Order: sequence, then structure tokens, then C-alpha cells
Amino acid sequence: MMQWLKDILQSNLVDPQSSSASRPAAPPPSARALPGETLAKQLALVIDLNVCVGCHACVTSCKQWNTSGSAGPLADVKPYGADPTGTFFNRVQTYEAGTFPGTDTIHFPKSCLHCEDPPCVPVCPTGASYKRKEDGIVLVDYDKCIGCKYCAWACPYGARELDEERQVMTKCTLCVDRVYDEKLAPEDRKPACVKACPTGARLFGDVKDPTSEVSIAIRERGGYALMPEWETTPANQYLPRRATPSSES
Amino acid sequence: MHPAFSILFFTTLAGVAQGLAVLLALATLLGVAMSPGFVLNALVVAEVLLIAGLASSFLHLGHKMRAWRAVLMWRTSWMSREVIVLPAFIGLVGLWWLALALHASAAWVKLLPWLVLLGSFVLWYCTAMIYASLRFIEEWAHRFTIVNFTLIGLSSGMVLACALAALAGETAFVARFGSTTLVLTLLAWLVRFLSLRRNAAIRHRSTLQSATGIRAPQLVQKSMGMSAGSFNTREFFHGASALAVKNVRLGFQVLTFAVPALCLLWGLSSASTAPWLLALVSQAPGLLAERWFFFAQAKHPQNLYYQTVS
Repeated sequence: MMQWLKDILQSNLVDPQSSSASRPAAPPPSARALPGETLAKQLALVIDLNVCVGCHACVTSCKQWNTSGSAGPLADVKPYGADPTGTFFNRVQTYEAGTFPGTDTIHFPKSCLHCEDPPCVPVCPTGASYKRKEDGIVLVDYDKCIGCKYCAWACPYGARELDEERQVMTKCTLCVDRVYDEKLAPEDRKPACVKACPTGARLFGDVKDPTSEVSIAIRERGGYALMPEWETTPANQYLPRRATPSSES
Repeated sequence: MHPAFSILFFTTLAGVAQGLAVLLALATLLGVAMSPGFVLNALVVAEVLLIAGLASSFLHLGHKMRAWRAVLMWRTSWMSREVIVLPAFIGLVGLWWLALALHASAAWVKLLPWLVLLGSFVLWYCTAMIYASLRFIEEWAHRFTIVNFTLIGLSSGMVLACALAALAGETAFVARFGSTTLVLTLLAWLVRFLSLRRNAAIRHRSTLQSATGIRAPQLVQKSMGMSAGSFNTREFFHGASALAVKNVRLGFQVLTFAVPALCLLWGLSSASTAPWLLALVSQAPGLLAERWFFFAQAKHPQNLYYQTVS
């Protein structure tokens, strides 16, 4: 059968649980429209702000891996021009907390948080944007995306970027093409950014498994989610700075 | 948010066409005396505006040939619902024109105006909910968005209908709906003004502290992580100066509401067609400015992450 016909037929099988047709126009008591289903497994990154040194190795390795993969290159528009621009799934930002001279410089890597209740998914008119049931990774099917940008508007974190050359929405895939690749050595089946980090500031694993490295880190180190006010339940979490004797002196 | 002209043209053109169709349907149902030629011509105008709006919305897409896929997720996506309702509404207006042109049976001629009325309001609702359903864009996530899209569409469509009627010499139509158009224009202004006041007073729930989880009261961004721009710095910022935004805010209220209201007052007290045409000419740029401001005023929480180049 032709693919487009299959797509139309299959669209009738979408879980009616995720419908928001009955949602009233008035602001709901919760910021969350309708809670999504809870998955048994949720892959995620845990980012340790205590050890991130802001070297951008995760940024470049992410770009390298994802621009070389089967999903096609990430655009670099006018890379040698006066105003270059390009698609990146991951950025490292820098913040300064406190007042001089007692300031704290915090490097802050930022990529898609693979929300457990991703607001970008239900708004997609074509179903190109989806959350995998088996591991909770939020992905875009580039062959179905029409480039309307509505999902990017619906992400409070700015995690999605429209690729200027391919004109489809792109985002962090948690290196889904690495983490299950049995041709890679087991220790390499991790996102490129995690492998690249020289200080071990990026942990990767299943946050639903209480014995995983990421779950233990979240539990013991006070892991937190970004913008909890929107109830998106980000899977990725951040570990805060720790006060050390030298930093207190 | 960055105001994309494809969306500005689409929402304003469709809104005008819907308002025009609503008034024609009302006039038909209320039995206002109109020549059949006037209704047919006015429906052609509505249809042309709707198709121009649809074409404009296509220009917004990165992959236009895949646009048909946008009907698939109607269970969850307001955009998908709009993509279904818009062509359906264009079809209804076309059917109504056909029914009138081919002198279809009275049942059709009676039923179609009702369907056009219903379709028009459903389309306004779907279009507005695309914006109002984004809970963290707090300027949009309010019922004001729905009421504003509807009232501004009604006002502009009725101004166009009265201008067309004045041009065609349909004095009964103008006499019947001229004052209603004035009242709706003033009502649209009032509600838009209330929404402007509400939006100006919003204290956004997201802060740099909640965005980063860094709980220091003094917190500034030193680098957004790049010196060049990205999708994040283009799509979510309007790029205009504060003064320009302030001027657009004043300008759209003058052009969309104040000048047309004065023109309508003048038109109601004279037999001239000029005031109706003037109201139309004033509203056209005013509507675009109003929609531009609707986007420019919306502050996306992601902007917290993109404040400082380095």
C-alpha cells in the first residue's frame, strides 16, 4: 500500500486518551492540559553543573555526530560569512550568580529535555513529532514534518531548531542512532555529548530505573528540572553546584 | 515572538472574509432586501480573500507539498483542526454561491447561511486556540485571544460588507447594518484595549532562576553559547525597537478602530459612499499592525536563555 494511504488509515488508531478536544477555553486549574501516560523506561541526561567547565566539547561532538549521521547534515548557512548560522542540538551557556567579588560562574549545557509530558508533541498537526513509548525519547520524523514551526513555539525551553536547508524541525535525539547500535562497543553506546565530556559532567541512563547511575545522582545530589512551573516533567535533570570549603573561603 | 507576514496576512484576510460571510448570512436570514447580484459578488470577494489567506498560510510551511498531512492530528492539535475547518469553510461559502447562482431549492438557500455562520465561528475558534492553547505564552493563553480574533474579524468583515453594499447602492443593507458595524467596531476596540491592559500587567511565571534552577537572587547570563544567531534568536524575537512597538500599539488602535469608527459615524449621517471606503482603507493596514503587535507582544519563555551574546 502507498505510504500516504497507510498514514491516513493509521491516523485513526491514535490513542484517544491524548485528545484535548474537550478542553475548555478557560485556563485549567493545572498548567498541564492533560497528563500523558507514564512510561516504564525513560532515557535521559543528568547534567552536573558542579563539574561542567564550559569547554563546549559536548556542543562540537553533538554537531559532528549528528551532522554525519543517516538523518542528514545539520545546516551551516554562510559558515564563513559575516553572519553565520547553523543548526545545533546542544549549547553551553554561561551565567554569573551573586554580586562581585563573591560571584559564581556557572556553565549551563542546554538541549532537549525529553519531557515526560512534552508540550511539543500534541500540537504537531502531522504527527511528525512523537515520544517513543519504549524509551521516552522525543523525536521528529523528518519525512512527515511540514516545517510549520508550531512545535518550536510550544516548547518553553527553545529546544527545537528549524533546519534552514532541510526546512524541517530538528532536535536532540539522545543519539538514538548510537545508544542501540550493537556494532559499537558497549561503552560507546552513549550519546556523543556524554562520550565527549572530559569532566564527566553528563550522565546518561534510565531515570525510571531507581538503581541507575542517573537516578542515584538525582536522588543523592538534589537533581532538579528546569521551569517546573509548566509541569512538562522534563526527563533531563540538572545537579546543582555544591558548596566546597575552598569556594566558601 | 517574530511576526511572520504569512501568518499576519492569513489570519487577517480569513478574519475579514469570515466577518463578511457572517453579515451576508445574517442579512439573508433576517430577510434584508438585497439584489441577488450583490450577494453573489460579495461571496466571490469573501472566497477570494479566503483563498488568498490559505495561499499565504502555505507560504509559512517549509514543505508545502506535505501540507495535506496536517489534517491527521485533529484529535490533539488545534492547527490540525484549523487545517480541516478552513477548506471546509471555503467549500461552504462556495456551495452557498453555487446554490444562489444555480437557483437551488429553497431548503439549500435557507440551510447554507446557517452552515456558513457556524463554520465562521468554528474557524475563528480554531485559529485563536492555536495561540490560546500555548499555556506558557501568557499573553496568548487567555480567552481574550479568542474573543479578539472573533470581534476584530467581525468588525473588519462588516466594514467591508458595508463598503461593498454602499458601492453597489444597497441602501437597505447599509441602513440596517451600518450602526451594528459601528457598535461592533467599538466593542472590538474595548475588548482589545482590555487585553492590552491585561498583557501589559503580566508578571511572567518563568524567570532566569526557574529557567536555570540557579537559586541566586542576582543572576545574569554572560553568554548564550554562540556569537552567531540561531533559530532561537530569530523565531522568538521581533527585532523592533521599544519605540517602534509602542508606535504600532497606538497606530493599530487608531487605524483599526478609531478612524473607522469616525468614518462609520460620518457614513451613517450622510448618503455618501466615501466614508465606508475610507473606513476600509484605514482598517486594512490597521489589521496587519494589530496582528503584528499580537505577535510582538508575546514573550516566549525560551527568550530567557537568549539574552547575551558574550
